[in-house]
Amino acid sequence: MKQKLFNDTTLFLTFAAAILLMPIWLAPLGASYPDLLQKFAIYGIFAIGYNILFGLTGYLSFGHAAFLGVGSYAAVWSFKLFTMNAIPAVLFGVFFAGVLALIIGYLSLRRSGIYFSILTLAFAQMSYNLAYSVLTPITNGETGLQLTLQDPRMIDAMFIEVGEGLPITNLFGIKMSGYSGFYFCAVLLIICFYISLRIFRSPFGLMLRGIKSNQNRMNYTGLNTRPYMLAAFVISGMFAGLAGSLLAVTDPLAGAERMQWTASGEVVLMTILGGVGTLIGPILGAGLIKYFENIFSSFNNNILHDFFSFLPDTLENIVVQVTGLFVGGGWHLTLGLLFVIVVVYLPGGIVEGFQRLARLLSRKKQPDKTSSSLKNQSAE
Amino acid sequence: MENLVLHLDNIQKNFAGLRALADVNLHIEKGKTHAIIGPNGAGKSTLLNVCVGRLAPDSGKVIFDGDELTGLKPHEITQKGVARVFQTPEIFQELTLLENTMLPALSKRDGAFSFNPFRTMRSQTDINDEAQDILEDVGLAEQMKQIAGSLSRGDKRRLELAMCLILRPRLLLLDEPTAGMSRHDTNQTIELLNKIKKGGMTKIIIEHDMHVVFSLADKVSVLARGKIIASGLPEDVRGDPVVKEAYLGGAQE
Ligand SMILES: Nc1ncnc2c1ncn2[C@@H]1O[C@H](COP(=O)(O)OP(=O)(O)O)[C@@H](O)[C@H]1O
Ligand SMILES: [Mg+2]
Repeated sequence: MKQKLFNDTTLFLTFAAAILLMPIWLAPLGASYPDLLQKFAIYGIFAIGYNILFGLTGYLSFGHAAFLGVGSYAAVWSFKLFTMNAIPAVLFGVFFAGVLALIIGYLSLRRSGIYFSILTLAFAQMSYNLAYSVLTPITNGETGLQLTLQDPRMIDAMFIEVGEGLPITNLFGIKMSGYSGFYFCAVLLIICFYISLRIFRSPFGLMLRGIKSNQNRMNYTGLNTRPYMLAAFVISGMFAGLAGSLLAVTDPLAGAERMQWTASGEVVLMTILGGVGTLIGPILGAGLIKYFENIFSSFNNNILHDFFSFLPDTLENIVVQVTGLFVGGGWHLTLGLLFVIVVVYLPGGIVEGFQRLARLLSRKKQPDKTSSSLKNQSAE
Repeated sequence: MENLVLHLDNIQKNFAGLRALADVNLHIEKGKTHAIIGPNGAGKSTLLNVCVGRLAPDSGKVIFDGDELTGLKPHEITQKGVARVFQTPEIFQELTLLENTMLPALSKRDGAFSFNPFRTMRSQTDINDEAQDILEDVGLAEQMKQIAGSLSRGDKRRLELAMCLILRPRLLLLDEPTAGMSRHDTNQTIELLNKIKKGGMTKIIIEHDMHVVFSLADKVSVLARGKIIASGLPEDVRGDPVVKEAYLGGAQE
């Protein structure tokens, strides 16, 4: 029992260190520029929150993009009306996403299984269409919500002299682009990870896992599952709202396409790819997908020619032709294949892959099989 | 008669034309073990389903200790002190035995709603100790850290019994609790059920095994084709010619 506590602390500290040092260890992979790092952190938050619902309760929501979108709109409005400071923007984003999650969750959780998924999808598409058309005064429709010079920015107007051009987002004067922007997101990601860790280890988390395992028995233990499910739904919606508001903090505009079903699908992929119901998996999945989207997609045939230049010319051309299908615009193909491989061979996602690898290695190192397998179990 | 704790009044239930329960009247005494026997398809499980709110009866009432249970949701009925062991064990296959046993205790404490994400499971020492004691009682303490899905069928039943006992119910409904158990395990279960009898818990037990019925039951009712055809002391019911014809004649070798 004592040892487990130690393990959680180490896990958390290792995680925090790995996130804060991302600019260093991601440099060799060509992924250490701030814009991408910010995306890693933001979508990591989105996926952690999604996993609290999907991973713990097994309820598959297809509508989490709605909360992402609302978070962004709320943040941009905070920039327009009050201040360019990131803190109120984030608070508004989380709050409004939470309110929307309460409404959508209350209605959708009347059903379970596929019907729940369809309901969440329907509500998210409804939100998307509203943002696109009816709510144009709030969302600025097709164009998307942007900052303008005419914005009141009431709080800023009281304290700061209005400069030339559009102001930039900041945290009490520190500008929220570049590495400082990344570190703001990174600290929030670490806090979110901590919250998720605590939820996983709490009675609340165990109850949610009970609901996933056997909702019928859960009812016959005397638990009213509805409010617990709703709490999980709202928490995960608030994480999504936080992620949405951070997207606006790093780039202050919000568009309806952020609410589209493809964005909801993306977070499902991230979670499954990394490992549903694991603590780290969703963040790994988010990182991997964003890496593919941003780095892999920019590989072109010139890079491939360089890479394969050691081959004879004709062979080089053929190899480049074939591999060219999988990079650049073809990155979706690679990702799709990867996804299929993971789902078929590693239902526990990348995390399961690492666990198997670790087991394999530790077995090789020490022939004493029983002690090593015991160790692996307690480490999970 | 204030020593009656559960009343089933004129319960009727039809499934698309099939008459599963035709006007069942049953009154159960407090602290007693009441066995319900009857051939397959007689409606025994359906009767328990009506008691715990899994099925709504077409007509009739279930009254437990002065409260009407008909119309309540399963979790509300459970919170009133009714626990149920199912015919096919309903457990948390993916969780450990200890977690399986702790969950009902947590539900009992926080069932309505208590938002507790910042307490750790490790701090729940009372519930942890209680769960370990109960697992000890049913003889599963050693497998505490195992995943429940890996248990044998008989052990799953015992685990489910532990999950019900930790709720400290006032009424325990057991649907064939020894089906699929070896003779040895069956005797252990009888012993265990006889032990908890002292706590004053009322039990309804559905059973095929006459050995179990006569070891445990204070009273026996016979259900056949949705009707109670006989009720009384075990010896009397055994001798009743109507019962013999409807059921026992075929079942007793
Ligand atoms: N949910 C249901 N839907 C339709 N028919 C059912 C349902 N549950 C039970 N029955 C039918 O009702 C009758 C009584 O079933 P049951 O109560 O399970 O009998 P048993 O006495 O063997 O436990 C059977 O004919 C069964 O097929
Ligand atoms: Mg039955």
